[in-house]
Amino acid sequence: MQWDIVIGLEIHVQLATRTKIFSGSSTAYGAEPNTQANAVDLAMPGTLPVPNEQAFRYAVMFGLAVNAEIERRSVFERKNYFYPDLPKGYQTTQLERPIVGPGYVDIDLANGKSKRVRIHHAHLEEDAGKSLHDSFYDELGHGMTGIDLNRAGTPLIEVVTEPDMTNAEEAVAFAKKLHGIVTSLGICDGDMSQGSMRFDVNISLKPKGSETLGTRTETKNLNSFRFMEQAIAHEVERQMDILEDGGTIVQETRLYNGDRDESRSMRTKEEANDYRYFPCPDLLPVEIDDAFIDEARNSLPELPDARKARFMEQYSLNDYDAGLLAGDSRLAAFFEAAAERGKDAKLAANWVQGEFSARLNAEEKSVDDSPISGAQLGDLVVRIADNTISSAGAKKVFEALWAGENDNVDAIIDAKGLKQVSDTGELEKMVDEVLASMPDQVAQYQQESDPKKQKKMLGGLMGPLMKASKGQGNPKLFNEILVRKLGG
Amino acid sequence: MHNKSVAELSRELESGKISSVELTREYLGRLKKEDEQLNSFISITEEQALADAHAADEQRAAGKATPWTGVPFAHKDIFCTNGVATTCGSKMLANFVPPYDATVTENFRQAGAVCLGKTNMDEFAMGSSTESSYFGATTNPWGLSRGEKRVPGGSSGGSAAAVAARLVPAATATDTGGSIRQPAALCGVTGLKPTYGRVSRYGMIAFASSLDQGGALARSAEDAALMLNVMAGFDPKDSTSLEREVPDYTATLNEPLKGLRIGLPKEYFAGNLDSAMEQQVRSAIREYEKLGATVKEVSLPHANLAIAAYYVIAPAEASANLSRFDGARYGYRCDDPKDLMDMYTRTRAEGFGAEVKRRILVGTYALSAGYFDAYYLKAQKVRRLIQQDFIDAFKEVDVLMSPTTPSPAFVQGEKSNDPVTMYLEDVFTVAINLAGIPAMSVPAGFIDGLPVGLQIIGDYFSEARLLNAAHQFQQVTDWHQREPQ
Repeated sequence: MQWDIVIGLEIHVQLATRTKIFSGSSTAYGAEPNTQANAVDLAMPGTLPVPNEQAFRYAVMFGLAVNAEIERRSVFERKNYFYPDLPKGYQTTQLERPIVGPGYVDIDLANGKSKRVRIHHAHLEEDAGKSLHDSFYDELGHGMTGIDLNRAGTPLIEVVTEPDMTNAEEAVAFAKKLHGIVTSLGICDGDMSQGSMRFDVNISLKPKGSETLGTRTETKNLNSFRFMEQAIAHEVERQMDILEDGGTIVQETRLYNGDRDESRSMRTKEEANDYRYFPCPDLLPVEIDDAFIDEARNSLPELPDARKARFMEQYSLNDYDAGLLAGDSRLAAFFEAAAERGKDAKLAANWVQGEFSARLNAEEKSVDDSPISGAQLGDLVVRIADNTISSAGAKKVFEALWAGENDNVDAIIDAKGLKQVSDTGELEKMVDEVLASMPDQVAQYQQESDPKKQKKMLGGLMGPLMKASKGQGNPKLFNEILVRKLGG
Repeated sequence: MHNKSVAELSRELESGKISSVELTREYLGRLKKEDEQLNSFISITEEQALADAHAADEQRAAGKATPWTGVPFAHKDIFCTNGVATTCGSKMLANFVPPYDATVTENFRQAGAVCLGKTNMDEFAMGSSTESSYFGATTNPWGLSRGEKRVPGGSSGGSAAAVAARLVPAATATDTGGSIRQPAALCGVTGLKPTYGRVSRYGMIAFASSLDQGGALARSAEDAALMLNVMAGFDPKDSTSLEREVPDYTATLNEPLKGLRIGLPKEYFAGNLDSAMEQQVRSAIREYEKLGATVKEVSLPHANLAIAAYYVIAPAEASANLSRFDGARYGYRCDDPKDLMDMYTRTRAEGFGAEVKRRILVGTYALSAGYFDAYYLKAQKVRRLIQQDFIDAFKEVDVLMSPTTPSPAFVQGEKSNDPVTMYLEDVFTVAINLAGIPAMSVPAGFIDGLPVGLQIIGDYFSEARLLNAAHQFQQVTDWHQREPQ
């Protein structure tokens, strides 16, 4: 049987405010447990929440960036459940009147097409603390749970999409697009390994062409694009197996273990809490006026779509390259620094997407952690473009920059003797000498009529030439001279 | 000295006739002796009080005195006091010492007042008799001489009994459905519940957040005005407090009442109002007519729905507000919990008393899926209707008057096993909290030797007018000066 896959996403985006959504505690990541939790965060008796205006500004900016309506009077509600990392025994969140109403985002797909994914709404809420299991034991060796409330009260927006995606590629493209939007806005640091963005995926299957949605499951807390892609594939396959065996899908929340590619049920619909939402009486409805929205609109930076268009125009990049580089604000800024300094945008784009991105991925680093700057890469691009170094030499320079051996491109070229010899007279002399020492190869070349084979033979001559030039001969010029001399 | 008002004590201190240390010593001595019978205090903070009194004397000597500098008073044990146990009358918080002050606490500290201790209350302010305190019931000083143990009302029964017995000249209190006014009436003292948002709720342990309001219990309207001068004001730590100028509430106490338009809500005088009570209230109103006020009947058409709406909304909010008492971070935790669920269930089963549990259950039920619309939403609609009733009434009159309670102080134990009868104690008071408007209770006579109160209700932010009306009444009557034997 053929199936249609229906995917909707819920994305928790941690807002990069300095302080928490309802208290003055710092939101910085990585502090000693419970050092960033004050009386309000600990839900001490009598303490009260005070809303952080910056969180509202960020939520409004997000709403404007995803073409959404802004709710002029949004309401905080209490979502009641007991858990030790939820100090008040309820989460302050929004339900009936979220701050961001319906909107949409357009995503680019590998087939060159674009697709619109609708956003149902986005609401503001506070994050819970963290429960640390398996790290603490009492004197009898019984497992205990540690509670770290540093994260409790960190502002989040939860973005809820319509079920508009039909495969993992679309879901990941949407997730990446959203990542690009929130990081470009500067409202989220986008660091998924620290939980700054967390994805819940709702998946259901229906017989191909059917109008009726199937029963869905929710896979929670995916914190990388890769895990998200794997989890979708895993869940689609699981549901398909069940349905094709004549079974039924249970509406449930599942947890995916990316390291093992396994998932397990967390709770079924029957086990779900009755959260007893009601408007929080400690907080007045949030009134947002035109002036506040206009101010947020005026403070919007360039967003990925606009940046992509500009890259195509300004740097003559193709659609694909422009989309990739413009999608992430920090990669885009890095590229622009490299392109401005390097004066060759195309070459800069190739290096940013090739060597540079590969290196970041291999070392699981973000652009911010890069040991080299866009300007340094630009310097390298200059020396490639003006033939000072070969591409092989350029890789060596890149390695030296990355390793921090030296931060000056020209100094590295000098120190490593990577400067190419581009003096044609000198190069011609070397060619003559090498050809003279290899008469058989010369004869073979001249008898060959297949240009492809000739080309390969030229390659065979490059080795001795590079050796003769101690690796410093300009390969491009060597090639030209060879062709001329052998053909003549 | 102990039967002087705050205003008088302030003058004595200013004239140098007595020091704050002397005054504090005198009050503490009396308090420790007399309170054995009343149990109106949960804790007496003698050392801190003497230190504060000493500091107050220095402050006054330095010429930096406020009217409160060196004047003794007490806090209801619902206001957090930095470094001093704050129990809210519950086993759950019997060991809780907050590392912060409530804004109200902080305000009195800044004003130089000397807090003698923390007064008893119904557990988590849930009750009308101060019988549900984990620290034992408080006894009303009225009736004691006849050998009767009557309730002081609640939940601020400790504050009211202490002021009535002249153990302190004034005490802070809170009012969610009548918890200042009903004890004021039953103890023969003056109580003021301000407009919702007038006094910061920060550090005041929450019962029902949309109804709770801190206020004053004192011997006179003048003293209540002095208290409100310290308590009122916008607080950035409480988003529901209101940014509005705070007048000097003592400045208008002596305005004449000529032309004051008094409305009598016919619903509050209808049906089964006790005739002795009606007589006391009507004679108080005649005093107002003598002072030049006019009286007319008005209607609050939805008055009969107030108790029902209140006992949905207040427990609903309480059910969430009290979720934080889970044994995880502070307060009571059961011994040797087996696992998380065991810790939650036993901590809360053992830490909360019966009335608190009852209200958590009611509130949880009212918010549950399938019942929310029928209970919580319906109650909120009723609340808006009640609010509108008052708004309409204040188009015609300046203040409303009614009895504060249906009857005088009842005997301990009489209603404690019948929650619904107990809830009816609030029949004249809860609507005011639902509307968020201010109201007072002033002593207005006696029935069988027990005090009764006149409730004066005003429009939003009309505290100055209420205090003025109460003060003028107290210039021509002496009910507020009667002392229990």
